[in-house]
Formats: sequence, C-alpha cells, structure tokens
Amino acid sequence: ASPTIKVEVLPYKVHRIEAPSNVVETNVEELMGFYKLMYKMRRMEIAADMMYKAKFIRGFCHLYDGQEAVLTGIEAAITLKDSIITSYRDHCQHVSRGGSIVSLMAELMGKQEGATKGLGGSMHIYNRKNNFYGGNGIVGAQIPLGAGIALAHKYKGEPNVCITMYGDGAANQGQKYEALNMAGLWNLPAIFVCENNHYGMGTAEWRAAKSPNFYTRGDYIPGIKVDGMDVLAVKNAVAFAKAHALANGPIVMEMDTYRYHGHSMSDPGSTYRTRDEINAMRTERDPIERVKKLLLTNGVDAADLKKIDKEVKKEVDDAVEQAKLGKIPPLAWLWRNMYMAPLGAGMRGVLPDEYHVPAFDPSYKS
Amino acid sequence: SEMTVRDALNSALDEELARDDKVYVLGEEVGEYQGAYKITRGLLQKYGPDRVKDTPITEAGFTGIAVGSAFAGLRPVCEFMTWNFAMQAIDQIINSAAKTLYMSAGQINCPIVFRGPNGAAAGVAAQHSQCFAAWYSSVPGLKVLAPYDSEDARGLMKAAIRDPDPVVFLENEILYGQAFPVTPQVLDKDFVLPIGKAKVMREGKHVTLVSFSKMVGYCLKAAEQLAKEGIDCEVINLRSIKPLDRDTLLASVKKTHKIISVEEGWPQCGVGSEISAIMMELAFDELDAPVLRVTGAEVPMPYAANLEAAALPQIDDIIKAVKSIA
Repeated sequence: ASPTIKVEVLPYKVHRIEAPSNVVETNVEELMGFYKLMYKMRRMEIAADMMYKAKFIRGFCHLYDGQEAVLTGIEAAITLKDSIITSYRDHCQHVSRGGSIVSLMAELMGKQEGATKGLGGSMHIYNRKNNFYGGNGIVGAQIPLGAGIALAHKYKGEPNVCITMYGDGAANQGQKYEALNMAGLWNLPAIFVCENNHYGMGTAEWRAAKSPNFYTRGDYIPGIKVDGMDVLAVKNAVAFAKAHALANGPIVMEMDTYRYHGHSMSDPGSTYRTRDEINAMRTERDPIERVKKLLLTNGVDAADLKKIDKEVKKEVDDAVEQAKLGKIPPLAWLWRNMYMAPLGAGMRGVLPDEYHVPAFDPSYKS
Repeated sequence: SEMTVRDALNSALDEELARDDKVYVLGEEVGEYQGAYKITRGLLQKYGPDRVKDTPITEAGFTGIAVGSAFAGLRPVCEFMTWNFAMQAIDQIINSAAKTLYMSAGQINCPIVFRGPNGAAAGVAAQHSQCFAAWYSSVPGLKVLAPYDSEDARGLMKAAIRDPDPVVFLENEILYGQAFPVTPQVLDKDFVLPIGKAKVMREGKHVTLVSFSKMVGYCLKAAEQLAKEGIDCEVINLRSIKPLDRDTLLASVKKTHKIISVEEGWPQCGVGSEISAIMMELAFDELDAPVLRVTGAEVPMPYAANLEAAALPQIDDIIKAVKSIA
C-alpha cells in the first residue's frame, strides 16, 4: 500500500454536533481511484451533452459535471450494502453503484440494452441489487422514500444507512421536513445529503430559501456543512455521518458544490448566473483538478494521469458507439412489469378491442 | 355466526401481522389511540411499537416513508385516517408506488397496502366525503379494492397484504359497525379472495345492477323491492375496481341485456363512466337499453342531512332507474 498522505480540508461547519477533524488521511492509490472515477463521470456527462445535442437523447437530461466529488466521496465512505436514492440527476450513481457506461448511454438513447431497458430514461435508473433506489423525477419526493429505506435497514437489523441526495431547490419542499421529523423521532439511520449547487433550476438559493444554511435546517437534527468540491472532505464527513447515523439517527449534510451545466438541457445556464462565476469555479474549485494537483505533488507522473485520461475518454467514446448500435425495445415491452402479479388482467391499448395481458418479466426474455 | 366489518378488518390485519414479520402497520393514531375508527384495536399491545407505528399528522411524509420501506423489502399497511387526507400524499401513491416497478424495468416492486375509509360518512361535509375509486382506478400499476361485507373485508384485506403490488383499499366508515354473516371458511386464517374478480351477490335476469362498497347493500335492497313487482335484478359486487372484472359484467349483460351502475362518487369520469364505455365498446349488440349511471350528485358534499341525502344515491333512486328501462 502506498504511504499515508495527510491533507487539511476546509474546516467543517456544524450544527448541534462536534465537528470531525479536518485532517483527512489518504494515499496515492485511493486518490488515483477518485481521479479515475470522477474523470469518468465528467466524460460521461460531456458525452451525454453531445449526444443530446446530436438528438440521440430525448426528453429530460440533467448533468452532474462539477458535482462529481460529492458522489465519489460518499461512495468512498460507504459500501454497496448501504443504500442510495437521489433526484433526476442520477447518471453517475448508476456507474458508482456498479452499472456500465454502455447501459447508461443505451438508456439515454432509449435502447433495450439500457439500464432500465429504455423504459425509464435519464431520470429513472435503478440498481436494486446494489441498493440504488433510483432517480426520481419529482423534486423532493425521494426524501421520504430515503427515510423509508433507512427504516427498512433498521427494521431488518442491518448495520446500514440510506443516503438520500437532493438539491438546494428540493430542500425547501414540505415533505423534506416531514421526513426529517419522523427520521428524528424514530432514530432512523438516514443521511440527508443536500447537494447545494446554489441554483434550483434558475432560482438562486437566496431567492428561494429564507435561510440558505441548509445544514442547520433540520433544526433538532444535527448538520454538517462540507466543501462538496473536495472529495476528501466529503469522504471524511460521510464516514463521520455514517457512524453517527447508525449510533444516533439522522444527520443532514450540506455539500457546497456547483454544476457546470445548466439545470437541464433546455437551460444554457447563463441567464441567472455570470460566465465569470462559472469560470471562477472551474479554475479555482474544480474537484478533478484538486485531486490532480494532490497526485502531482505526491510524486505521480503527469504522463500517468494523461494515460488515464486517454483510457477513460476511449472507454466513454466506445460506450457511446456501442450504445448507438443497440436495438430499440420491441413493442411487446410496453406491457412488461406494470405489476409483479398481473393476475391475468387485460390492460387496454389505444383501440377499444385491444386488451393486453401484462407480464412480470424483469429479464425481458419472454 | 356474524362479524362486523371492523372486526373482519381487524382480525385480517392481526393474522397477517402474525403470519409475516415483514408486515407492519403505520398511520395516524393506529397505535396508542387504537385507531381513529378502531380498525387497529389491540394490535399495538400484541405486536409492539415497531410493527404498529404511530405517525405524526404528515401524510406526504409517512406515505413516502412507507413506500420507501416497501421498495426495500418490508410490507407496510399504510392507514389514512380517511382517504380524503391521502390527497396530501397522492404523489407518493401514484408517482412512487404505482410507477416504480415499470420505470425500474421490473427491479423494484412495492408491496404496500394503502387503506382507510373512503367516500361519504354521515354529516362530515365536503372535505371529508369524497369517493376516490375513480381516481385511483385510472392508474396503471395500482390495484384498487373496495369491500362491501365482512367476507370481502377479510378476504380482500388478506389478499391485499399478500400481494406484491401496491393496493389501494377503500373502506366505508358506515359499514364498519355493520355485522354480516360469515362462514367458518371466511374465518380461516388463510381465507384469501382473488383480486380482480367480482361477486354476483344475487342472480337475476332482467337488469344488472353493478356497484361496490356501501352501494352493494343499497342495490340488494332495491332488488328485493323490485322482485316484489316482478323485476328480477342481478346484483354484482365489483370488489375489485382495478383490475375490473369485465368478464363477469359482460356475462351478466349477455343474460339481462340491461345494466345500471351505482356509486357514491361523482358522475364525470366515474367508475360508472368506465363501465358504460366498456358496454358500448364490447357489448353494444347485447344492450336492449342505454347503460344508466346512478351516482353521487355533481356537487361538493353539503352538511345538512336533507341536502346530504339528496346528493347521494338512495334506494329509491336505484328503483327509479331500474323502472325507467325495465
């Protein structure tokens, strides 16, 4: 194993809890892993952007570039037995939870090789086996669902937490407060991760939140504010939060982060914020550049990183090309998996005499 | 022997809690208060607070929590004090519970029962007197059940809890205290009724009356009176509004050639509208008269007793409708 590196991250701001140390231990091997995963996420989202503009992707598409350190740091602190649920900005969770880039790209293109067989699309990707409970298209609806998943962990006596991710826009939703209240009452092993990218669509946080200190807004629930552009700060804080959640119940984490793209593909992301602001984020706080600098100052050769870049870029490009070759779903799939027990009931098609008996067939082989 | 609908529901819940430790009950006042309508009476004492969970008055939140726990493998029974309050949580019922199996390409099912009293009670006015059968039954991914008597209540509740899909279970407050005869078979701990099958409560050859929940009783009473005048009504208790048992309805119409739907809900896009459309589409040549709908009046429910009665189908209304085509 490579020698331990100690890194000082921005001190955490805390609410009703003692802050963990802001000196984080890591090593070159771990940092290389972070670098590779974050760069993969970045390239994937850039590829999705291009494919969208080339009209290979339809409908809604929300990109995660800029926010990579949040998810990467979370995954570093938990296991696949812990659960994750998030909003519609869910492409990277698919990959961090073990899904392939090909199946992501195929899903975005509505192909049968897609992560959800072309039935979910960008916002509805899941991996039940690895405890990824999906994207959710309804802002904030995933928050009580995440508390419920945490309830199930506790009910079954599992030593696991549920990470519930949402944005600063969703942080003002009423059902968030309902979920926090019950999570607190019942000491659920729930970690509520507010990814504060400072804009809910085009509404700046200060125009939507009377108090934009999201880590304090659980009131009686402890909170911690983390530099969400620093994967080490995130990893350390989530490890701390997981221990807290298992021992004591819920905690709110505010990740101070930034999305480089607009809210979705219809948003150029430039009407409500300045180019200067975006450029300053990219040059001063970029999460991938931060890890790159750390690697270079710890003796890693720039050429090795270039090699990784090249490999990742090729992996993503190949995945895109492979996904393009995918097949569109057969019409029969319209009638799959509406019910686990369909009971032979006929579901009506477009015309009066057209009734279909739906099938439960998660393998889509029948 | 006889059993009230309340005891039928209570005993079904009790037996299913005993049968499967993944089953738990949550909702407002289900525990220490023993249930706002006493459906969960005694269950907290028997199964403890982890399995009979009192929630704060936060429908959207606890419904979402219940659905999330079902995604993760539990089998919640989520009580709404009345279905009227579930409108606060309808997003979680439809967008989360009903659609996730489909959206996840069959990966994540949602074995949950949403239950509580639906429709008009007595004197509780507009915000507490709405029937939601038509709303929920329009949603692919949901199953919608409405028991009438104690046999239905036991058999359908057990079916709902054992089913792997989200079930909307529409009870009726006025029926809770009514006692119905039950056979030893109904009292068996594995008495499960099939979801999606209607029950012919009374055979007849002149007119089919189709209804669900409390209106089944009204239809039976109307049929009794009409029989004295020589009109022989067939009475169908839908039991399951989604899936809707089209086969039983079509078979009945093939015999009677006349059909009337009876429901407490509003007329526009109601359950009767669907039945009427099915008859037009699939049995037009069998019909000897227009399909008629007896429904709740198209008004918010008024408070005063006389106005309330005028806003809901009465036995006489059903008789009038039958006579207009018999």
